[in-house]
Amino acid sequence: MGTEIEVLQPGLFSSIQDFGRTGFLKYGVPLSGAMDNFSAKMANLVLNNRPDSAVLEITQMGPKLKFHSSTRIALSGADLSAAINNIPIKVNIVYSIKEGDILSFGKPVLGMRTYLSVAGGFQTEMELGSRSWYDGITSYYRLEKDQKIPIHPVNNSIVYTYSSVKVSQKLLLKEEVDVFEGPEFYLLTKEETDSLFQNAFSIDKNNNRMAIQLKEELKNNLEPIITGPVLPGTVQLTPSGKLIVLMRDCQTTGGYPRVLQLSNQAMDVISQKSVGGKFRFKLQTLGNNSFV
Amino acid sequence: MNLNFPVVKQMGERAILVQFEPEINEMLLEKLLFYKNRIEKYYIKEKVEVINTYNSLLISYMFNIEKVYDEILTIKHLLEEANIDKNIDSRLFHVPVCYDKEFGWDLEYVCLEKKLSIEEVIRLHTQPIYTVYFLGFLPGFLYLGGLYKRLQISRKIQPRLKVEKGSVGIGENQTGIYPKTGPGGWQIIGKSPVELFDKNKMPPTEITPGDKVKFFPILNSEYKEIQEAISKGGFQLRRENYGN
Repeated sequence: MGTEIEVLQPGLFSSIQDFGRTGFLKYGVPLSGAMDNFSAKMANLVLNNRPDSAVLEITQMGPKLKFHSSTRIALSGADLSAAINNIPIKVNIVYSIKEGDILSFGKPVLGMRTYLSVAGGFQTEMELGSRSWYDGITSYYRLEKDQKIPIHPVNNSIVYTYSSVKVSQKLLLKEEVDVFEGPEFYLLTKEETDSLFQNAFSIDKNNNRMAIQLKEELKNNLEPIITGPVLPGTVQLTPSGKLIVLMRDCQTTGGYPRVLQLSNQAMDVISQKSVGGKFRFKLQTLGNNSFV
Repeated sequence: MNLNFPVVKQMGERAILVQFEPEINEMLLEKLLFYKNRIEKYYIKEKVEVINTYNSLLISYMFNIEKVYDEILTIKHLLEEANIDKNIDSRLFHVPVCYDKEFGWDLEYVCLEKKLSIEEVIRLHTQPIYTVYFLGFLPGFLYLGGLYKRLQISRKIQPRLKVEKGSVGIGENQTGIYPKTGPGGWQIIGKSPVELFDKNKMPPTEITPGDKVKFFPILNSEYKEIQEAISKGGFQLRRENYGN
């Protein structure tokens, strides 16, 4: 058997991600990368990997994976009831894996996405400078049954001392996310900004790696804009009042008013919320912007 | 609120947005491409990415911008140059489109709605020289300007869940080619066999902002010939220098 992981069951939605693709926005290629960048980085750091090594981003209902070689793994982020050979395991701890071991997931307990790292990082194809899966750029965009994912072989004959890292779960529980004014923020009325910052918002069932829609609507009279640049973290407001938070796989341009821009941490926080999960926007001022 | 264009603002922790007058025209595009080039040259040693849209430039940094004030001043300074050099090498690409009903799913609807014959639709769509403003939406998607008013038509009320790669559509004042199969709301009038995005080529898209595109009609049989030539790697878009 080769050094790979076999997908016995794909689960809801999993994909290989690193920190994404830069330098190709001008061709319309999205940035991609881990939705919760912090947890992806943690999963790697626990294993002593490079922080930007490719990890498996696992969403809500995890896959069932069989290891065809020994390695070391770690999980970071959401608690999705992971188990090795049916024995429950924890996040942010290194586990040794033997050939034939099975990693499975159960009920989501806390958070939406967990990150699986393997020693040396996943060795899937590198396209345009990144291993992040994106439809049309990489051969796969989601985990599929019977798929084989290449990894580095690791000699586990040396007894490895389990190391664990204390990582605060605070981000998974956070209900306030930092935002900055977006380019069209100034067009909102006092009433509109008040309801934007005084009300709680929750995650709609329409949510994926491209965008997270919010359930609560914000009535407004904003006109569509001439199609302009958007980024992961841009919050668009549609004429019907829908708030759309663009995420890592978002398009490079859009035509709805861009009212807010999430901080990097806010994107990590919001990507850990499941449908119905509540939070508030907290307006922050950017750097020295006020002097300009 | 009175805006003095260009407006230079930070957009999140890692980007600066420059907004010019809210207009769509070629003079503004030339100005944008001139400044884009200037900013790119200034940042050549750093990992900074600059994109343009109709009236904006977005300058993206790899890391959080530390000294925003300095950065904005620098960009404002780079935007001061008044002598816009118009010598941007512009190329005209001839893009084949098959307007057969097999591919042009909404061709009959467009004819009915606009009271035109199929031949007239083809003539009106292939006559203009379109300007490439920028790429966005999906990898390799060209934002083209210059669609005749006579062909402007509303998008489909219910977007299609699956529009095939290469489909040529019109919607409002825009026309374009879908670079990959996916959902779409434009009225589909034809299909082009050309690959607008190839991740194995560098650059993955030959056509860049400021270039021109002209469509020419091909028969169903020619569509298949070109498709075959592409699969064998033996097809190149016909191009010529344009203007200047």
